[in-house]
Amino acid sequence: MRANIPDYDMWSPASLDQALDALNMDPASNKPFAGGTDLMVLLEAGDLPPGRFMNLWDLNELRGVDISEKSVSLGALTTYEEIRANDFLSMNFPMLGSAARETGSLAIQNRGTLGGNIMNASPAADTPPALLVYDAQIEMESVTGTRTLPYSHFHLGYKTMQSQPNELLKKVRIPRSFEGWRGYYRKVGSRKAQAISKVCFAGNVKLVEGVVVDIRIALGSVAPIPLRCVDTEDALRGKPLTPGLIQNAIQTLEGEITPIDDIRSTATYRVRVSMNLLRDMLDSFVG
Amino acid sequence: MADAMKSEFEITVNGESKSVTTYPMGRLLDVLREDLGLTGTKEGCGEGECGACSVLMNGTLVNSCLVPALGAKNSKITTVEGLVPNGSFLDPIQRAFLEYGGAQCGICTPGMLMAAHNLLRRNKEPSREDIEEALAGNLCRCTGYMKIFESVVQALKNWETV
Repeated sequence: MRANIPDYDMWSPASLDQALDALNMDPASNKPFAGGTDLMVLLEAGDLPPGRFMNLWDLNELRGVDISEKSVSLGALTTYEEIRANDFLSMNFPMLGSAARETGSLAIQNRGTLGGNIMNASPAADTPPALLVYDAQIEMESVTGTRTLPYSHFHLGYKTMQSQPNELLKKVRIPRSFEGWRGYYRKVGSRKAQAISKVCFAGNVKLVEGVVVDIRIALGSVAPIPLRCVDTEDALRGKPLTPGLIQNAIQTLEGEITPIDDIRSTATYRVRVSMNLLRDMLDSFVG
Repeated sequence: MADAMKSEFEITVNGESKSVTTYPMGRLLDVLREDLGLTGTKEGCGEGECGACSVLMNGTLVNSCLVPALGAKNSKITTVEGLVPNGSFLDPIQRAFLEYGGAQCGICTPGMLMAAHNLLRRNKEPSREDIEEALAGNLCRCTGYMKIFESVVQALKNWETV
């Protein structure tokens, strides 16, 4: 049933400080609202709990892509379109561009934000696997200051995160430490456009003379959270990339992911596809 | 319950400044259709999947069903009615859709026109892939899309002859 619109209120803070003050005083009555590409869908379906929302869209403090010598930082309100259009990101962090391109349609990409993708905490979101294999850090902001933490530790369980009720996600920072690494990003959905992931796979590998010097692997839609697959990474790290090692890593991945049957796919299919994608990535590096 | 109050918003639609009194979380789609009587913009899915409600907001393509009224405050909106002044003639994209069978039942057409317009005003030499991507957020259940892609290609030729 459609929502009763008068049950939903929204206001626009004039500054980040004002937003943080409001969140600190009464988080329940100031629920963060960014691009609305998920919350408005829930609203229309009658699944959004009534309440008062805080419109973040006009907070310029949460915008912008800043490039420094050591890292690049993306404001939480950076849209998928802005990620796609950014030449520096396309050149240096192409998997981020791939993830943005694979998310929704152009109209969604114009409104959906990186911060929203993270804080909405869907295990099927497309940017988190890319952020995980790029060692992203996130900056949480509150009236008491800034807290920086590794994104790999942020998601704790289904839609639960290491965030306090008075905090806003301000920035995502990615280190510029992947020169010479090779990336692999694949989203598998029912169709090419406008589909939510059945499986989303990101890999980032530093390969020197056939040896896996270092590696990051992360998957979406295979666990309650966007999952960094550390066991599979450990199975590969420091070893020559032989057919036997690849087989071993694939079996490790099979034991590491815990997908479910749901409206989009089955657990069996997701496990099979995840294993195949790992093989595809590693084979492409050998070949 | 939040017990929201209606308030007055300024919004520029198709070049005209309008004042609308509505709830902050009301949808831009409803503001356009119900409050301003601009029924060219259609509602399909109401969840950002079908693109029938596509409009330009400050020059970018958005699904008007996913934009809250408060988010559209003081913005510039272009709807299908605003593609040409006073609807006095057809713009090149509309003409191509008419001539090359890009419209059948017509429900998706305003959204298709806005998405095509969004593409062609930025890219005058789109590849087939560019066209497919630009329209990927717009569903049509009649045409099978081929006539629509053809219409967009032909629209570029119309443009040259305007």
